[in-house]
Amino acid sequence: MSENLLQVRGLTKRYGTRLACADVSFDLVPGEVLAIVGESGSGKSTLLSLIATELAPDSGTVAYRTRDGALRDLGTLSEAGRRALMRTEWGFVRQDAAQGLRMAVSAGGNVGERLMGLGERHYGRIRAQALDWLGRVEIAADRIDDPPTRFSGGMRQRLQIARNLVTGPRLVLMDEPTSGLDVSVQARLLDLIRRLSAELGLAVIIVTHDLAVARLLSHRIMVMRAGRVIETGLTDRVLDDPEHAYTQLLVASVLAA
Amino acid sequence: MTALLTFENVAKSFTLHLRGGVVLPVVGGASLSVEPGECVVLGGPSGAGKSSLLKMAYGNYRCDGGAILVRDGDTVVDVVRADPRAVLALRARVIAYVSQFLRVIPRVPALDVVEAAGRDGGLSEEAARGRARDLLARLNLPERLWSLPPATFSGGEQQRVNIARGLIADRPLLLLDEPTASLDAQNRAVVADLVREKLRGGAGVLGIFHDSAMRDAVATRVVDVTRFAPRARAA
Repeated sequence: MSENLLQVRGLTKRYGTRLACADVSFDLVPGEVLAIVGESGSGKSTLLSLIATELAPDSGTVAYRTRDGALRDLGTLSEAGRRALMRTEWGFVRQDAAQGLRMAVSAGGNVGERLMGLGERHYGRIRAQALDWLGRVEIAADRIDDPPTRFSGGMRQRLQIARNLVTGPRLVLMDEPTSGLDVSVQARLLDLIRRLSAELGLAVIIVTHDLAVARLLSHRIMVMRAGRVIETGLTDRVLDDPEHAYTQLLVASVLAA
Repeated sequence: MTALLTFENVAKSFTLHLRGGVVLPVVGGASLSVEPGECVVLGGPSGAGKSSLLKMAYGNYRCDGGAILVRDGDTVVDVVRADPRAVLALRARVIAYVSQFLRVIPRVPALDVVEAAGRDGGLSEEAARGRARDLLARLNLPERLWSLPPATFSGGEQQRVNIARGLIADRPLLLLDEPTASLDAQNRAVVADLVREKLRGGAGVLGIFHDSAMRDAVATRVVDVTRFAPRARAA
């Protein structure tokens, strides 16, 4: 059994009297893909923000095993330490590419910037790595100097993935990475995410309202409603033999194509 | 020698919360085992719980009671109680499951689908590629289709991709749920050959085959699942 990479315990967050996230606990091991599903307002995006320490919990902890093997409570790290960790070992692919990319900077610059954040200063090496990663996410080399404002929605998401993966993270958070895209573009992006996460052995937490996306990408699934985890388990078991009434409703409400 | 797969007194029902919590019993007291080299075929009418038994062995359905023991090398894992990671580990190393339906990411070419399954099952890139080509060729899938995604294929063509995908890796336990339902006699015979090769190699099969020719070609034993019919519950 491999050691856990992430340990979440009792995460709770209230907005006024409303519980956005109630006592959520789970572990994630290296290479594991966990899907968090639920409808709008279920608290799934709040949970992701809590995990990323962008939001402070009312109670509960997020601990992460750094490369030196120590499990560190992120709440006790300094702001600088947390930022460094996010830059080097974590990635975050946003639903809205404009939040995950620098829209005025070229595609190559978007990828290279993360490397520079790690201290790389050699222009030729940065550009070569940026080119390599653009290729891996199927963005043509001749677009390297274009800013993402000139990219389609699907290309922007692929660029976000390149920007996040170029630093070799071990954990990538994804917030609805395929929603808002044309279905033809979604399929290609899903295939890309699945291939890269398997090849690189990435641990991934993906928030999605789309059960089909969860089925294709994830090993385990957590179903949330009103801030609570309703049901959790092996993805195909939860989707094919849901135990809880709410999960049965969710699964039964999906249109079969 | 321990069996590859043992059902011990397995019970399963579905609780339909959207239908006022009505309970549909599926099977009760199901016990059977599959030894290496054995192809145990589940018999009985539709709705008797044959597919549910396979899905429980794969960890895809929950069980209400009993144990489903799967041999993984020197250890034995109870699928009923195993956590998700343990079930996934069993699927990676031990259990192959082939249904009638191909479920894949859209727009991925057929050859890549089969190859990826080989790599997931522990084959090297090269071995996976070679075996994928051999299998698709043996299953008479025209080579011009290999680079196309299977979504546009006929039912029989999709089923052959699915079989190639299910059989490419060397897993000792095969769960086959009507894998040949849409195939013609010639291709069914190919699948029968592939299954017999797996059996000779020491694998065990638990399968459902409505087609009697296919069943006769591979079955070493037939288990009638009507004997696992759940007793009617008192309301």
